[in-house]
Amino acid sequence: MTILEFTVVVAIVSFVAGLLGSLTGLGGGVVLVPLLTIFFHVDIRYAIGASLVSVIATSSGAAAAYVKEGFSNIRIGMFLEIATTFGALLGAFLATRIPTSALAIIFGAVLLYSAYVSRKARTQAERSLPPDPLATRLRLNGSFPDLEGRRTYNVQRVPAGFSLMFGAGALSGLLGIGSGAVKVLAMDQAMRIPFKVSTTTSNFMIGVTAAASAGVYLSRGYVDPGLSMPVMLGVLAGSLLGSRILVKAETKSLRLVFSVVILVLGLQMLYNGFWGKI
Amino acid sequence: MPAAQAPVRQSQPFKPQPWRDRRIEVILGNLLRTGVLVSAAVVLVGACIYLYRHAHDPADYRVFRGEPSEYRTISGVIQSVISGRGQGIIQLGLLLLIATPIARVAFSVVGFAIERDRLYVAFTMLVLAILLYSFLGSGIGV
Repeated sequence: MTILEFTVVVAIVSFVAGLLGSLTGLGGGVVLVPLLTIFFHVDIRYAIGASLVSVIATSSGAAAAYVKEGFSNIRIGMFLEIATTFGALLGAFLATRIPTSALAIIFGAVLLYSAYVSRKARTQAERSLPPDPLATRLRLNGSFPDLEGRRTYNVQRVPAGFSLMFGAGALSGLLGIGSGAVKVLAMDQAMRIPFKVSTTTSNFMIGVTAAASAGVYLSRGYVDPGLSMPVMLGVLAGSLLGSRILVKAETKSLRLVFSVVILVLGLQMLYNGFWGKI
Repeated sequence: MPAAQAPVRQSQPFKPQPWRDRRIEVILGNLLRTGVLVSAAVVLVGACIYLYRHAHDPADYRVFRGEPSEYRTISGVIQSVISGRGQGIIQLGLLLLIATPIARVAFSVVGFAIERDRLYVAFTMLVLAILLYSFLGSGIGV
């Protein structure tokens, strides 16, 4: 394949990944790394570098829209960001030291987990929980626009959420993904933060977490300009389009398709990792 | 807007709303979007030069070689931009992209300082320190 053909095909694939990623809320990076390594035979380290850059583009591109709606809680985001950035540094440090077959196996496991989470029914956070002393001290409780005006919420189980965020950061730094699925899980399930606040705050955090490990990847020579260019432009265009049509789209069937894709890619990554093909 | 939110604040004096001054939040959101669009434009310019010169070369990413130092450090990237290399310009766009969320965190420190929220000024400065340590301490600045 010539560079021109490669660039065009990778840009189209990245566009679709960005579009599906933003429509389903799982992000594009989680499918890009396996697609690049399995179908384009890109070394997993180059794929991780390019994906990480596209994660920042997606997060920052969509942030302006979310901020206007007043859903994301910047205090929750910034407090948890302490955990994710530390985790991301650790992940990036480990990524340059462990063999690529191990990376593929961890990636496969994360994909299977993401497919499981995306199929699981969402539990509606209980409406009126008593304020948690630690969350109150940290001023994490907030409110967001609802049909009946602004709805307040009280954040729960701060230490559990903070620990999960450290893990999310480590995965992000290790695999070059946003690890939005783990971040939303930590906020939605552990900390009982309303789903819309969790997803939009997670979107804000993903970019900062990725920036924490991106410098390490770039300085180690994992970020190739020729590969990152079509990936970044494609994912950005796809996710911007996705965030515009989000309101009208039938996301339920899309989520099903996307989680099947993730499942297949996850199994493929595990196979390649165990048989030393990556 | 401020008039509508006032009663909520009075009834819950110990639970401040996230970013009482919504303008700061909107400014930060626009900063992020501008940063992304500028870096995408720079990447696109680099892409045109790169594709014009290398369109028919074979694409091969099977073997990891690691990038040469001109694409691994800020000074190297600036050097290759000056000499008009497409890949160097792409890499400059990617550096701008990585800097965008770091700039947002830096501006958030100012936002919390305006709100006189010392706890969150401290938290945000800690995050900023980790980011700067990673960005500059990784050898990228050499």
